[in-house]
Amino acid sequence: MSIHTKTIAQLSQGLKDKEFSSVEITQHYLDRINKSDLNAFITVTDELAMQQAQAADDKIASGNGGILTGIPYAHKDIFCTKGVKTSAGSKMLDNFISPYDATVSHNLNQADLVMLGKANMDEFAMGSSNENSFYGEVKNPWNKNKIPGGSSGGSAAAVAGGLSCFATGTDTGGSIRQPASLCGITGLKPTYGRISRYGMIAYASSLDQAGPMTKTAEDAAIVLNAMAGFDEKDSTSAEQDVPDYTANLNDSIKGLTIGLPKEFFSEGLDDAVATEVMNAVKEFESMGATVKEISLPNSAYAIPTYYIVAPCECSSNLSRLDGVRYGYRCNDPKDLEDLYLRSRSEGFGAEVKRRIMIGAYALSAGYYDAYYLKAQKTRHLISDDFKKAFKEVDVIMGPVSPTTAFDLGSVKDSVSMYLADIYTLSANLAGLPGMSIPAGFSNKLPVGLQLIGNYWSESKLLNIAHQFQQQTDWHTKTPEEG
Amino acid sequence: MSLSEQQVSQIAYLARLSLSGDELKDNTQDLNAILGLAEQLGAINTDGIEPMAHPLHMTQRLRADVITEVDQSEVFQSIAPNTGNKHYLVPTVIE
Repeated sequence: MSIHTKTIAQLSQGLKDKEFSSVEITQHYLDRINKSDLNAFITVTDELAMQQAQAADDKIASGNGGILTGIPYAHKDIFCTKGVKTSAGSKMLDNFISPYDATVSHNLNQADLVMLGKANMDEFAMGSSNENSFYGEVKNPWNKNKIPGGSSGGSAAAVAGGLSCFATGTDTGGSIRQPASLCGITGLKPTYGRISRYGMIAYASSLDQAGPMTKTAEDAAIVLNAMAGFDEKDSTSAEQDVPDYTANLNDSIKGLTIGLPKEFFSEGLDDAVATEVMNAVKEFESMGATVKEISLPNSAYAIPTYYIVAPCECSSNLSRLDGVRYGYRCNDPKDLEDLYLRSRSEGFGAEVKRRIMIGAYALSAGYYDAYYLKAQKTRHLISDDFKKAFKEVDVIMGPVSPTTAFDLGSVKDSVSMYLADIYTLSANLAGLPGMSIPAGFSNKLPVGLQLIGNYWSESKLLNIAHQFQQQTDWHTKTPEEG
Repeated sequence: MSLSEQQVSQIAYLARLSLSGDELKDNTQDLNAILGLAEQLGAINTDGIEPMAHPLHMTQRLRADVITEVDQSEVFQSIAPNTGNKHYLVPTVIE
């Protein structure tokens, strides 16, 4: 078994047993990154990684290492990292060397992890294919003509392509779960507020949530332990105790009630994806779970609701990028207005501009009630559907994405791209935790199974996913070596 | 309802963006398609439904009124496009 196919749990054991050092495994990953053509990284922090690996080896030698000490990972380029370029995939922040660490970056440093670099992503996390990055598209390791998903496409490709042991991601409308599904890895979006948003460049503040992207559910639990927690620097951080997310992984799931929303299996879902998802559900039945059909009647409205709420929040959040205090400034502005207009027009990419304009319009006088307020009300209805459902079932299962990864460049208009987010958006609108776990293949491309849990049920979701991974080997499959 | 190129140009200006000829044409088409999607919301009865601004219905947490920030102006201004005398510099606004 090669280093880059090992899980965190396996690498951690190997480091403890002196099978290899952190310096050795870090060099192994850096060599693979240098040879890779996936474009999974915006910045490779090789010098910093080797320093962190050496420090980790010293710590392990002194007997003070923790489970994550010396493990190499890829950090989505949306998290501020002190002294390291933090671009959010945008020309606007191409010159932005963050003066401070995001709380997530700080927490991961405290765990003695080794940061290999900053992972590629859709600009400001707006996209479902990672084709919106200023730094170019990311390729899917399973088929380099296909998208890896987005917006955490670099993170997913890095883990699936054996370029990092795990990665961080963020999920505003599916940006962890969808790329995890399309690249065949495990991704967890926790309950809104579980992980601090401080220093995580904001897209839509009432929806954004960070999470781990890993090879297994066990690894996701280990990383979540380090990422989660109350943070007074984030005003929407939840004052909720952090349990040990690995503690319940081995619990039996006998008697588990799974809800299958009929709306998730209707028109638009690819037959082969539906088959793989249903096979996974059958596997759960054979493990002692029962299945119940449920209804989330307003879930079809998740797309219009999300594509009003998120652009409104983004138009407000991205107004800070004006060419004055940091980031891109146009050449020779003739006056202040010219500075604003040209810095923003030259600094932002097409999709970001579209969403800013949708938001600006939907929030403007005369249209606010018809769009933003209406969307906030339907958001309430979508959320209430879940509340009802969780009175009857323990977990909701379904597809993550209607299809497997599509061809790079094949989806040309925004609305068609948005429609592919149908199954992931509702969990963000409601603030619920969701996961994607590998559940099969169609045409040699991975298919993910989505799990949606009740608020703060991350332990339960990880337990369910881990039990599935004890019975199946989809999560151990890797793309053929090129 | 459909937005004209002139309206899209005005929306762009409100968001401090300027669109070139082709960009304006493409964005008018895109924005109308996206707003067309949003029209679906009109089909839902939301009478008496409270708008949901935040998933956990949280209220703003308050902290003690004490200074916690330290002066880091030099650090922050080191990445600014143009500064002078601890100020951020922009083109002259008032002669």
